[in-house]
Amino acid sequence: MSALEWIGSLLVFAGIPFIFLGTLGLLRFPDVYTRLHALAKSDNVGLGLVCIGLGVQSGSVALLLKLVLIWVLMLIASATAAGLIARTALARGLRPWGT
Amino acid sequence: MTELYPVVALLLLLNIVVGLVRILRGPTAADRMLAAEMFGTSAVVIVLLMAFVTDNPSLVDVALVFALLAALASVTFVSRAWSAMPPSDPDPPCPDVERKP
Amino acid sequence: MALVVLAFDLLLAAALIWLAWQATRAADLFHAVVSFIVFGLLMALAWVRLEAPDVALAEAAIGAGATGALLLSALDRLARRPRRHAPLYEPGTAWGFWLPAGSALLAMLTLAAWNLPAPGLGNEILASLSASGVEHAVTAVLLNFRALDTLLEIGVLLLAAVVIWALGQAPPPLVPSMPSPALPALGRLLFPIFVLVAAYLLWRGSHGPGGAFPAGAVFGAGGILMLLAGARPWIRSSEHGPWRLILSLGMAVLLAAGVAGTLSGQDFFQYPKGTAASFILVLEVAAGLSIALLIFALYLRGKPREHGSWGAAE
Repeated sequence: MSALEWIGSLLVFAGIPFIFLGTLGLLRFPDVYTRLHALAKSDNVGLGLVCIGLGVQSGSVALLLKLVLIWVLMLIASATAAGLIARTALARGLRPWGT
Repeated sequence: MTELYPVVALLLLLNIVVGLVRILRGPTAADRMLAAEMFGTSAVVIVLLMAFVTDNPSLVDVALVFALLAALASVTFVSRAWSAMPPSDPDPPCPDVERKP
Repeated sequence: MALVVLAFDLLLAAALIWLAWQATRAADLFHAVVSFIVFGLLMALAWVRLEAPDVALAEAAIGAGATGALLLSALDRLARRPRRHAPLYEPGTAWGFWLPAGSALLAMLTLAAWNLPAPGLGNEILASLSASGVEHAVTAVLLNFRALDTLLEIGVLLLAAVVIWALGQAPPPLVPSMPSPALPALGRLLFPIFVLVAAYLLWRGSHGPGGAFPAGAVFGAGGILMLLAGARPWIRSSEHGPWRLILSLGMAVLLAAGVAGTLSGQDFFQYPKGTAASFILVLEVAAGLSIALLIFALYLRGKPREHGSWGAAE
């Protein structure tokens, strides 16, 4: 195996735990706001590492760019959705945990 | 290392199945929607891993469509479904965790 | 490793059955809709596992994307009604009916699958692929060998749109309870990418998974996103000229292509020799545009209003 493939695989394996941690947050955190916090950040770090890792591993620049596009799209989607959900939850009077 | 990718895909599917608990328990509509959003991320990773395991680059397009449409469901949810639900209705305080006094 | 793959498949199947159960039986409508969206997501994964990337693409675009948005926005009309606490039917009588009916359906499907001709038509299709005008077998089947099926599928969509228009004018969309500046920005940012990806999928269709259905669905979903971001579709006069033209374009062009074969002394949908590639290109573009506007029209839930009448209605 070439060095590129090793680096790529390591990035992929480094990314997966972030996704599991996001799920852990989704299940264990007490309210919508904290769950948003866990998902919107952790999942996207994991996805980014996986995308870059697979792109590096493939050794093709075109594929790497496509994978990064997928990551950026997910980032945009999740950032917008997180902001919208938090704003609306606040407007509807959902009180953050501990207040 | 690519040989381990099917194991990772299985773990991610397990991740989705465990996350189904959040859809079942809610308590608010937003929690359910969040869980669906999380599944989108996991599904994208699973499809990408499968694309590499089976060496089928057209599966990357499936992941691309997933990623593109990821925003649609949550945005519809916030601006249509949730805005229409009466505020007091399905938004109880979180019953699964004790509130601080 | 085979064990891991088997475990993956079994887990996927179990999750699909659980979600289908939730989508039909959950007392809370929103819970049911979210279950259905996740069902679409996992169904796309199942198609990937079945090595059918074409169907997976269509499922990802239509099942997980457009249908989810359609159902969620239908909820805003239902939300004002009293909540439905009881399931749709009584569990007691339901078991007596659904258990035998379900078993009978399962038995019939098993019998049908058992009696399928063993190798299927795959080899025949691959053998005549060079004459079809495209390099991808699925596109060849959809727009050449079995173009009649595609004609009827678009016919079904068109009928649905006609029925929805017959229901009256589109209701004014809800204003979000907390307007956000992020929403119009999201629309402006993502819509060009929707158009680009739709064009890419259409182009891919000639030599790989893609084609008119996923492309149309992605384009239509882009339109839905613009609608959510605050855009208002309108028509200039009561004639609906361009709307009607594009809605029926796919159906009309497919019919014309079919009749062209008959008129030139061949069978229905038998393209003149050597012109199949150009026929399929025209059909792809026309069908893709129609499908996009049809999905958008389904989402509007009625005839689009005339220009300037939005303010009066709201």
